[in-house]
Amino acid sequence: MSIIEAKNIYKVYNETKVPVNALNGVDLKIEEGEFTAIVGPSGSGKTTLLNILGGLDLPSKGDIFIEGTNLKDLSSRQLINFRLHNIGFVFQSYNLIPVLTAKENTEFILELQKVPKKERMQKALELLEAVGIADKVDHKPGQLSGGQQQRVAVARALASQPRFIIADEPTANLDSRSTNELLEIMAEMNRKYHSTFIFATHDQRVMDKAHRIVTIDDGKIIGDETFKGR
Amino acid sequence: MLFAIAWRNLWRNKLRSAIIFTSIAVGIIGSVVSDGFMSGMTDQRVNAAIANEVSDIQIHNPAFLLNGEMQYQIPDAGQSLKKIESIPDIKGVSLRMKTSAMAASANSGAGITILGVNPAAERKVSNLHALIIEGKYLSVKEKNPTVIGQKLAHKLNLELGDRLIVTLTDSSGTITSGAFRIVGIFKTANDRFDVANVFVNKKDLSNLIGYPANTGDEIAIRLKTNNQTPEAMKALHHIFQNEIQNKEIVVRSWDQIQPLLKSMISMMDYFSYIFLFIILAALAFAIINTMLMAVMERTREIGMLMALGMNKRKIFSMIMLETIFLSIVGAVLGLLISIFVINHYATYGFDLSSVAKGLNYIGYSSRIFFRVNTNFYVMSMVLVVLIAVLSSISPALKALKLQPAKAIREDI
Ligand SMILES: Nc1ncnc2c1ncn2[C@@H]1O[C@H](COP(=O)(O)OP(=O)(O)OP(=O)(O)O)[C@@H](O)[C@H]1O
Ligand SMILES: [Mg+2]
Repeated sequence: MSIIEAKNIYKVYNETKVPVNALNGVDLKIEEGEFTAIVGPSGSGKTTLLNILGGLDLPSKGDIFIEGTNLKDLSSRQLINFRLHNIGFVFQSYNLIPVLTAKENTEFILELQKVPKKERMQKALELLEAVGIADKVDHKPGQLSGGQQQRVAVARALASQPRFIIADEPTANLDSRSTNELLEIMAEMNRKYHSTFIFATHDQRVMDKAHRIVTIDDGKIIGDETFKGR
Repeated sequence: MLFAIAWRNLWRNKLRSAIIFTSIAVGIIGSVVSDGFMSGMTDQRVNAAIANEVSDIQIHNPAFLLNGEMQYQIPDAGQSLKKIESIPDIKGVSLRMKTSAMAASANSGAGITILGVNPAAERKVSNLHALIIEGKYLSVKEKNPTVIGQKLAHKLNLELGDRLIVTLTDSSGTITSGAFRIVGIFKTANDRFDVANVFVNKKDLSNLIGYPANTGDEIAIRLKTNNQTPEAMKALHHIFQNEIQNKEIVVRSWDQIQPLLKSMISMMDYFSYIFLFIILAALAFAIINTMLMAVMERTREIGMLMALGMNKRKIFSMIMLETIFLSIVGAVLGLLISIFVINHYATYGFDLSSVAKGLNYIGYSSRIFFRVNTNFYVMSMVLVVLIAVLSSISPALKALKLQPAKAIREDI
């Protein structure tokens, strides 16, 4: 079974006023362990698609199955809980709680998952070390660079042991060196933990690392290539 | 970790939080200090009234209370006095003769109450002997001495050593007059008491009007401390069970004699609570406004938390905790300062002499010793938390309304 199966997804914003057709019949399957980039011009519907795959927004038409669960069948409360246990997120910015340290930010999601304290701490430290900021675990986001903040976000997303991680332009605010580092880390995590990553990007360098590139334009998938051996 | 987040969020906008802390602190200080002042005034009035005017407990013949005629004396007064003295908490008992009279000087007159007392017994019951501002208190060695209030002395234009002529009805119902020499002038905090009461030796009054010197119309009882009143009342009711049943005597405590005093105390308390509540209710709007701003500023952050899977109950608690912390910091600050101020004025008193003239008239003296019940401190804290919880509802609901997908897109 695919981890994600999106069937004939339509998304219309502002249905009552000036309708915007952001997605026009998207079919997509994501398998476990994939490292997939969603690419396409600005306004093509990348964010809309990721939000729907991540259960942050509901499609106007069509179904999303995550390991067989149709998101439509969940109440809003169940959906929140579902996200907590199954989906990891890395956003473009404002990923972290500014008043918590890197370690606390990573632990926080585990606390929400009711993981016991000792285990939480161990896991947070392990992942922060894995993303290369072991020496900054007690720093608050304000004391970290943009790239370091994004690495904490990746560590946090991994900590919750989700079925897959959604990252919407995670490198958009980073310089090329940090972009490379972050991608390296994500790719390494993908290899090491076999975590599934789906990210949207404009960035050619990011695309070059992807194992699969899904191209979207005008709310439709117009290309889907897999690169073996990357 | 919700506690940590809420607590640390407080300090993100330090100026804004400081404004709220200060407003709440000032509000609390205002209401606590005003309660301390009002309670202090009330206590003082009550204590002064007990010490100088009413004493703790009085016993009368019920008929005397109805029409004030001296013929309605306390039956078997000597025996009663002995019984009363056996109660352990009693500090003093005084049997008084009491009647209304006309007092006159060479050029003016006034309606008064004349009280015939045994000075030694009276000293233990009333504090009046300590409030003599000119001359001295009554003594049995002198002939026909009297002490009168300063206010009456002014009214009748009398001085120390002058003669006070009183006209009254004697035991046979005839009008009779007597002259007393003013040996002392007293001044209580209550001008109305001072202008109306004249004290003489009971044996002199007895000689003048013909009732035996060992009889009387009023037994005034003073207790060692006045919070023993309920027990003493119980003991007296037990001792005089039969007399009370046969309506020969009535026993009344100070709050029954002057119900106004008692109601003044509870009224002041209500007042303080209402005042506190109004202040806090007004502050609630400032709290709501601050928290709404905080929620709006953190739209993306809250959206992010929702996206990660923080449920609504936790989001609500996070905002509510922050609101409660915001209020409690101010309240604790305010209470600490209040306790300090109250303790200071409870020990040293607060001097009101500049406005004391008017206060004297309604029975207050010019130095007020503040008092605040622990209850009031506790209640202010409880009210603050209550107000904070109520104030957090609207900001928390605003946060809950956010849609994670939209909130994250928002540009701020
Ligand atoms: N909340 C919204 N209300 C109305 N229209 C919206 C909303 N969100 C997105 N849109 C529209 O939907 C379309 C797809 O937007 P989306 O953000 O998914 O594009 P994108 O591919 O992520 O673009 P970018 O590369 O700029 O991030 C756009 O035309 C956008 O204007
Ligand atoms: Mg986008």
